Amino acid sequence: MLELKGIKKSFGSIEVLHGVDLDVRAGEVHALLGENGAGKSTLMKVLCGIIRHSDGVIRIDGKECSFSNYDEAIAAGVGIVFQEFSLIPYLNAVENMFLAREIKTRFGLLDRAAMRRRAQEILQQLDVDISLHLPVASLSVAEQQFVEIAKALSLDARILILDEPTATLTPSEVEHLFKVIRELRKKGVAIVFISHHLEEIFQICDRITVLRDGEYIGTCNVSDVDNDGLVEMMVGRRIENSFPPKPGIAPDAARVLEVEEVQLKRGGPISSFFLREGEILGFAGLVGSGRTETALALLGAYPAARCKVKVDGVETRFAEPADGLAHGIGLLPESRKEQGLITSFSILQNVSLNNYGKYRKNTWFIDLKKELACTKDAMGQVSVKAEGPLSRVDTLSGGNQQKVVIARWINHDMKILIFDEPTRGIDVGAKAEIYLLMREFTAQGYSIVMISSELPEVIGMSDRVCVFRDGGIAATVEGADITSETVMTYATTGRPDHAA
Amino acid sequence: MPHDANTAVAGKAGNGRTLKLGTILHSPLVLPLAGLIVVSILMGLASDNFFSVANIFNVLRQVSIVGILAVGMTFVILTGGIDLSVGAVMALSGTICAGLVVNMGMPGVVGLLAGLLVGVGFGLFNGALVAWGKMPAIIVTLATMGIARGLGLIYSGGYPISGLPSWMSWFGIGRLWDIPVPVILMFIVYAVAWVLLQRTPFGRYVYAIGGNETAARLSGVKTRRVKLAIYAISGLTSAFAAVVLTGRLMSGQPNAGVGFELDAIAAVVLGGTSIAGGRGLILGTLIGAVLLGILNNGLNLMGINPYLQDVIKGFIILLAIYIGREWR
Repeated sequence: MLELKGIKKSFGSIEVLHGVDLDVRAGEVHALLGENGAGKSTLMKVLCGIIRHSDGVIRIDGKECSFSNYDEAIAAGVGIVFQEFSLIPYLNAVENMFLAREIKTRFGLLDRAAMRRRAQEILQQLDVDISLHLPVASLSVAEQQFVEIAKALSLDARILILDEPTATLTPSEVEHLFKVIRELRKKGVAIVFISHHLEEIFQICDRITVLRDGEYIGTCNVSDVDNDGLVEMMVGRRIENSFPPKPGIAPDAARVLEVEEVQLKRGGPISSFFLREGEILGFAGLVGSGRTETALALLGAYPAARCKVKVDGVETRFAEPADGLAHGIGLLPESRKEQGLITSFSILQNVSLNNYGKYRKNTWFIDLKKELACTKDAMGQVSVKAEGPLSRVDTLSGGNQQKVVIARWINHDMKILIFDEPTRGIDVGAKAEIYLLMREFTAQGYSIVMISSELPEVIGMSDRVCVFRDGGIAATVEGADITSETVMTYATTGRPDHAA
Repeated sequence: MPHDANTAVAGKAGNGRTLKLGTILHSPLVLPLAGLIVVSILMGLASDNFFSVANIFNVLRQVSIVGILAVGMTFVILTGGIDLSVGAVMALSGTICAGLVVNMGMPGVVGLLAGLLVGVGFGLFNGALVAWGKMPAIIVTLATMGIARGLGLIYSGGYPISGLPSWMSWFGIGRLWDIPVPVILMFIVYAVAWVLLQRTPFGRYVYAIGGNETAARLSGVKTRRVKLAIYAISGLTSAFAAVVLTGRLMSGQPNAGVGFELDAIAAVVLGGTSIAGGRGLILGTLIGAVLLGILNNGLNLMGINPYLQDVIKGFIILLAIYIGREWR
């Protein structure tokens, strides 16, 4: 149905796609796999007419096509749901679906009834039930995604591209999304599914195309490969166990951070926990269970109703993140572009941002030489790959950007690090590096709180796990009790056992 | 993976030379500077007097007040804010300075210091409302613009306050080594601002807040304090401009500086600073201010109808911003 052949794309003198093939059949879910920077997004942008390819052909139903803009691609039946949604937050689902393509009455006024009917039809086909009059901002992420999909279908998309659709969904939402995808597949829609979660690909996809560094590696049936085989295709080498071994923490290790009570909202549950020196404490739970808020409250970045914290046994109050910094707590935020990096800054400026005390000359001025040396040192410690410390961070890959934010805290000799989704949206190779780094840090005496939505990560990395549910800690598990079953059960039911 | 990264680095290192040229061409100063040169040449062709030393000093002297206002404005705009109160604060500051000296018989130095205090006070007020009150800067400073203007008129009864000691004219029309004092003052303000922005942590925080305020705050920058400081700086430069203005007019003028906030914003934007914050250079603002001054001066020398001058200036600003937009 859709066929891309020998697609090449150059930006200036640099070729980023070196002749990529992709063929997607009607009624199949086709995974497009590759590490970050492999060329997946570029390829999809070519397919949508957002950028023009330099060479190669695109065929839809055997007919050669060339799109010079997104609208032409839409007209040919291509629909895309971007990773970052393109919905207008204050408009409702119907208004969003028909934005710029409104159905009008004879008098040129909006035919709201007709649009609503059409929207209902499409959503019914998808078997989803969402509010049509609330602004989409008040819908859940999954529901917003359904609106995006419905929007594409309202334009008669026969080829639907889903770019990392599950990145921010909870497991039950993912299930729902998969149900919708299967529904679409039955109707003969060709779906291109981009994801970093290999297990999802085995669950939902029929065939897989792998890209690496802009190169076409191959296409195969899902039934013909296994996890390791796929990873090998993606990175070009086998990654053995991606989680470093857990060294084990002495039970009497010093408690560097003791949270006696934290209550996010008045009337909500009150939790307490502690963090020992050299420990990785996992925060697991569903999206919205209060993991991130609890961590931010420690720093004074979230206004919790109550928060009593002891750092190194001394009671401390945090009014703003700068206080967290003063007491040695650093944060690697959830979203590196929106909360972590100043994207218009160089690596150097990002790393030194909160640590000018270290290289002040005559108390007022920045010692530029020392700043450069310290930055190089910090970059080396976390092995940031870049042209140099003066490269702008928006030219780096996701993994390297993440390392820049980490370097900022290493430069500052923070004792306690809060890593919120440290590996979100970065590729398999970089993930393994970050895991290794985290263990190196703990060996050096750092202590880490790691918030993660990826269960394997929580289980593979944490010495202990706090499982969150409904704004509080439902349970803390350690040692052999850290299994996906226990964590998931606590996260979804709050009780140790499903049956009980 | 590490292997690939190495080759990528090597590949780029080979292009070192083109990269450097690219960096220069992409400096935010290129366009303002080009504009300055083009406009200067055009004015020079249109008027024989334009390139005389006397006229150049004349232009710079005329530019000095807006030029000084634009320094504070640059700090504010770099953080993504705006300060509409600068013209009114300048007028109030000058009026109070003159009032204290003329009507209350205080020494001139006290008057000048009081004027500076008024400026900083208003800046702190703006900054506190923006940073702690979490109100939009454009509304806050629109309101304080009205407050400052009104207070000045109340204090003076609406009339200029004249009769200042003659030494105060030195700030407005004096000369030092043959250079007009206002021009020297302006350059000093720019030099201090450059050091602050380029060589101190505070300067980095200003850019960081404009680039991504959330990230700056979460990494431990005391963003509210920095914002308070930048509005205070804007108030201070307004008061500083008032010193020059008072010296030039030898009186406190409650009605002075109407619309100067817009000229200051225009200078900042013509200088290549992004109105969204995070990007821009203080040197660009200087170029922008001089560019505006040359336009005023040149159009005057050509004897163009003053009403038409405003129209022409407006279109030139639009054109400049349009080209700048394409450039990025």
